[in-house]
Amino acid sequence: MRKLSEALKYIFLIIISFISIFPFVWMIIGATNTSTDITKGKLLFGNQFVRNFKVLVETVDLPQILFNSAKIAVFTTLISLLIASLAGYGFELYKSKFKEKIYAFMLLTMMVPFAALMIPLFRLFANANMLDSHIAVIIPSVASIFIIFFFRQNTKSFPLELVQAARVDGLNEFQIFFYIYMPTMKSTYAAASIIVFMTAWNNFLWPLIILQSQSKKTITLVISSLSSAYFPDFGVIMVAIIIATLPTILIFFLMQKRFVEGMLGSIK
Amino acid sequence: MNKNQKAKSLEKAYEKHSWGFIGIAVIMVLIFNVYPIINSLVLSTMSGKGVVMHFNGLGNIRRLFDDTVFQTALKNTFTFFIIQVPIMIFLALIIAAFLNESTLKFRSWFRTAIFLPCVTSLVAYSVLFKSMFSFDGIINTTLLNLHIIQQPIPWLLDPFWAKVTIILAITWRWTGYNMIFYLAALQNIDSSIYEAARIDGASKSKQFMKITIPMLKPVILFTTIMSTIGTLQLFDEVVNLTGGGPSDSTLTLSQYIYNLSFKFTPNFGYAATISYVIVFIVAILAWLQFKVGGERNA
Repeated sequence: MRKLSEALKYIFLIIISFISIFPFVWMIIGATNTSTDITKGKLLFGNQFVRNFKVLVETVDLPQILFNSAKIAVFTTLISLLIASLAGYGFELYKSKFKEKIYAFMLLTMMVPFAALMIPLFRLFANANMLDSHIAVIIPSVASIFIIFFFRQNTKSFPLELVQAARVDGLNEFQIFFYIYMPTMKSTYAAASIIVFMTAWNNFLWPLIILQSQSKKTITLVISSLSSAYFPDFGVIMVAIIIATLPTILIFFLMQKRFVEGMLGSIK
Repeated sequence: MNKNQKAKSLEKAYEKHSWGFIGIAVIMVLIFNVYPIINSLVLSTMSGKGVVMHFNGLGNIRRLFDDTVFQTALKNTFTFFIIQVPIMIFLALIIAAFLNESTLKFRSWFRTAIFLPCVTSLVAYSVLFKSMFSFDGIINTTLLNLHIIQQPIPWLLDPFWAKVTIILAITWRWTGYNMIFYLAALQNIDSSIYEAARIDGASKSKQFMKITIPMLKPVILFTTIMSTIGTLQLFDEVVNLTGGGPSDSTLTLSQYIYNLSFKFTPNFGYAATISYVIVFIVAILAWLQFKVGGERNA
């Protein structure tokens, strides 16, 4: 009886793991097959990879598209990390009743879905004549309340003695932040940057609204438009999906611990 | 105590610097979060096509009651939420409970595998699922070969099965994400509690129901609220997997808002009204979940 339930547990976990991994295998096999083979469910490697890749490069300006995605993700990450860590540190270190109220209010606005923000945001950027620009994609997401919250939670474990000692040594408040806080909190920055980078790299709805010209689109938008064609070429799409997923998979396997930390950040 | 007081007065002296730290963030949140929230509310009382808008009072809300597309989208969104969230949370809890056992072999392998779907973008996995769930696709072929089904299932062509496909897809993508939260919380539970339960003769399933779930209540509440907000905002998946179809059977509120604003002749006022319907539902559900979660805690 006991043995049987043990076995069932392993079978259950193996099936779940298999289901979790299968689409990745499917993606890799698909990239080597024709679109017809893919929609017919062929589960063997084909010899169409080079052809699929060629068609992809002919259909879209791949280097430009990847550059767009990288540019948006990198700038969003850098700016967002700076603003959010300054704020998270500030809220935690210089507490006052008024600031706690602002902070609580900010957390409350996090509950408002993006759908309720996107129309005013779109009109805001339309009025500023900034539609179809990467800046308009980046700016609204850099003051991420979630990341501010993440930094504040992590700042709780930052030793105040360090701040006090630095003040005695004559460092001003910003020097303390840049020279002491930032190097000490390296792992927090790493975890936060993974989350922000991935969110920006994978973002769909907001770039879809903002970016119109083909040359400004991101890889995520390209995958979506390729697959919404009347006769989508799934072989080509699979190559694009592999390329789009590669950076996040690499980050995941290279920094698994930080990756999970970033995900969990909110419940510390 | 003395040291504490001194530290406190020191903090006061430095407090004037604080706005240099939080200022930019507060201003940006005001412009890009608070202003849109208020502006959406104002827009929801207006009507008109494109930029020409006029005050319409509660007209948009009246329109909701006659708009069958809105009602379909609302119904679909609720169907996804009510069926998908409990299945996923329960599945994630069971997996987490299994993976938490220190005697389990290949623990980290299982954990990595089950977490892996989280690295995909919503668009990428939706398109992957679209290719897998085609009529002659790998899913139908496999199910036919295993003799689980006699006839291929019209996954993306039938209103019922399209909903099932969306639910399967979301569950694939997010179960591992939720599992990670439960695993982290489980590690904080003292193993001696389970030890004591075992000595008292409590079965594994009893331990799960009587110890694991009650101890994880705060995390379950948190993940449920997060999933609720996520499901009510469902957009990427339906756009890329089913396109909202067939015949609006998977259309969600977010997609309808998008269509009203950016696909059809823009009607921002009415779209804003629907966006506030989501805000309203999120608020009520979050309140309900807090209430239920809170009472059980007491």
